[in-house]
Amino acid sequence: MSCDKGCVCYRHCYNEWGVLEMLRSVLAASLFSVGLGAALPASAATFRWANDGDANSMDPYTRNETFLLSFAQNIYDPLVRRNRELKVEPALAMSWEQPDPLTWRFHLRPDVKFHGGEAFTADDVVFSYQRATGPGSQINSNFSTVKEVKRVDDLTVDFITKAPNPILLQELTQWGIMSKAWCEAHNATQPADLTKVKEENFATRNANGTGPFILGTREPDRRTTLRNNPAWWDKPEHNLTEVTFNVISSANTRVAALLSGDVDMIYTVPPQDMDRIGHTQGLKLAVGPELRTIFFGFDQSRPELLKSDVKGKNPFQDIRVRQAFNMAVDAKAIQSRVMRNQSHPTGLMYGPGVNGYTEASDVRHKYDPDAAKKLLAEAGYPNGFGVTLDCPNDRYINDEAICQAVTNMLARIGMKITLNAQTRLQYFAQISNPGYNTSFYMLGWTPTTYDALNSFFNLAGTRNGVRGVFNDGGWSNKEFDDTLDQMAVETDAARRQQQIERASKIIHDEAAFIPLHQQTVVWAYRSNVELQQMADNWFPLRYVTVK
Amino acid sequence: MSAIARWLDSDVAYSFRRSPVALMAALVLAIILAGAVLAPWIAPHNPLDLASLNLMDSRIPPVWDAEGQRSFPLGTDDQGRDILSGIMYGVRISLVIGVASVIFAIVAGIAVGLLAGYAGGVLDAVLMRVADIQLTFPAILIALLVDGVVTAALPQEMHERLKTQVLIFSIGISFWPQFARTVRGSTLVERGREYVMAARVIGLSSGRIMLTHILPNVLGPVFVIGTLTLGLAILSEATLSFLGVGLPPSSPSVGTLIRIGNDFLFSGEWWMTIFPGLTLVLLVLSINLLGDWLRDALNPKLR
Repeated sequence: MSCDKGCVCYRHCYNEWGVLEMLRSVLAASLFSVGLGAALPASAATFRWANDGDANSMDPYTRNETFLLSFAQNIYDPLVRRNRELKVEPALAMSWEQPDPLTWRFHLRPDVKFHGGEAFTADDVVFSYQRATGPGSQINSNFSTVKEVKRVDDLTVDFITKAPNPILLQELTQWGIMSKAWCEAHNATQPADLTKVKEENFATRNANGTGPFILGTREPDRRTTLRNNPAWWDKPEHNLTEVTFNVISSANTRVAALLSGDVDMIYTVPPQDMDRIGHTQGLKLAVGPELRTIFFGFDQSRPELLKSDVKGKNPFQDIRVRQAFNMAVDAKAIQSRVMRNQSHPTGLMYGPGVNGYTEASDVRHKYDPDAAKKLLAEAGYPNGFGVTLDCPNDRYINDEAICQAVTNMLARIGMKITLNAQTRLQYFAQISNPGYNTSFYMLGWTPTTYDALNSFFNLAGTRNGVRGVFNDGGWSNKEFDDTLDQMAVETDAARRQQQIERASKIIHDEAAFIPLHQQTVVWAYRSNVELQQMADNWFPLRYVTVK
Repeated sequence: MSAIARWLDSDVAYSFRRSPVALMAALVLAIILAGAVLAPWIAPHNPLDLASLNLMDSRIPPVWDAEGQRSFPLGTDDQGRDILSGIMYGVRISLVIGVASVIFAIVAGIAVGLLAGYAGGVLDAVLMRVADIQLTFPAILIALLVDGVVTAALPQEMHERLKTQVLIFSIGISFWPQFARTVRGSTLVERGREYVMAARVIGLSSGRIMLTHILPNVLGPVFVIGTLTLGLAILSEATLSFLGVGLPPSSPSVGTLIRIGNDFLFSGEWWMTIFPGLTLVLLVLSINLLGDWLRDALNPKLR
């Protein structure tokens, strides 16, 4: 059977189910300690929590980023959602079936109303699909296998895929359904382009979903409030009447707010404060490995770097320079000193828990600054060169401190790195598609399907509009792309594993990226709060109870 | 009599020798200044040389702690930077910005004050109302505002390179009204004096009269305010850096050091923020005490 370029993954998903099973058992222990005790909702309560960065838009299509999507799903229900064990369960779609291998028929939940009172129908699903795949949307890669979405009747829609896609449900879990009438009435039928920092439309600051919470007030970068949706179609497991989300960028202030009782939960706990919080009575920590891999990438597509003092050529197109960078970064030191052992150094673009990961294949370039210096000299840069490192300062754990450490490590081989650490809004706007205005960047990625192909496809595949959307450095390798195509249709698990390892070996041998580590997710909260920590670092408020 | 001998014999020098507070303040200031000025030669490490930093040296406590190391007397920060050297270089930067912004404020203040006082009329009214309006805002707010506007107006790649100049400008601009007010007041008095009349009669230009005749006679109070403002300017820079809009961690001032260390207060790594904080307190306190003493020493009514 022919497979066009949109055919991301097929059949290998048998493996994925296996991974999910495994993940579930691994998670079980942490789940017990964190959330399963949440019995019947007690009396109504207010929940205040804080993070170092904001969910930059209330529009769930504007960026494919965990925090934004996770926040938006408190307001916007998807067709299918993940439950406490990360299993897919019905949400706005009550049931589904496959009349033929290319068609998924969803039966929608009747009598669901948007917060604004509009009835939820098949038209909203079709409209949301068009909006999510149209201009301005950053989540279109979730629909790379979908050919069209058809309304059958008021409460039935068909998804037609280009090829059989057994993991379509997983790909739809992050996709909140918006109201057609509301978007049209407020001139928001297209997502505002977040890469243009100042572009906004009505849906950027307002929201109208069918979800468990209704957006109250919205002050970007400061405070967002939500209130309970009494008309929610599902039986709430939470007991919250009001939720206040605060942006507190200073690590110290955030911890102080938790210690003093000003907030009930902080989503990003600085590693240095884990001990202190863990030993404070009345506070609890939730600690779990995250599937996210933090790595650095180089612009290898432009003939001349945008932010460098080397003119007329692109030093990152020279493999020796990329190898030198890889050899100069001491991931172990970052693990022990910056992350205080709350990380897992890696040489792969995906971590343990993701299908395809094996310890044997997880090899980093050996840390060797002297050899790195020699390589740089061979490449024609005996005194290094200047280049800017784009880095967020409120997105990943200790992101700025890591970038600073890497800057210092590269200084030891003679590089003059200018660190450009910015808030996530500016940072993503700069390094993301379509501009890719970066020369050297830090990024983190969690594969939504828990399979290595998702990381390869999004981060490293040659850009073609659907593939490589987050390949911000524009690395391109024919053999690698061919391997991905084979991987997407391979049915034999062993052979597919070989393909995954071959793809990883190409990345390693080409020194295409600098994989760094998987971070540990640490949340802290008051002991009267029950919540559910997810391994993908989603934080569903519908599982929060306050006693 | 040489100039030094004449100064040693003066009233000011006498009052200095008799004031234990002034002597102490001068001593502390001299030590801090010496450390800052001689930093490149006497500091144990060069914190600006990123290649010399080793991440494995990070978060080492001060030398008297059991885990302390002799090569890092006051410990290290989260990137392995020596705190003592960081402070010595940081004070340099803080002082340069403080002194430069006060000079900026003095020059601007004198220009406006002389002009307003000498010209009088509408120009005087307009300039002084502007100064009055600005005086109703706290200086730090003005500095924050100017810093934000100027930074936003500059292209991004120039931010880091021009940060020092931007800071000097924004802090300087927040302190000019005090100087302008004082100079204008003295100028109004001096303008009516006979020597100014005489200069006018022999046909000197207004500019010449202002600069060579009036200016020397209105400078006294400016020096006193200048000294006191220096402490405030250093504090302003520290505050801006502490708030994260000042100097970046790659060229840390004392305020930046305090900000970096502040994130580690709860985890017990107190030395990262306490020592730079203590240095800032001593520096500003000694400058202010000297300023107070100078004001009293120059005030004929208190003699």
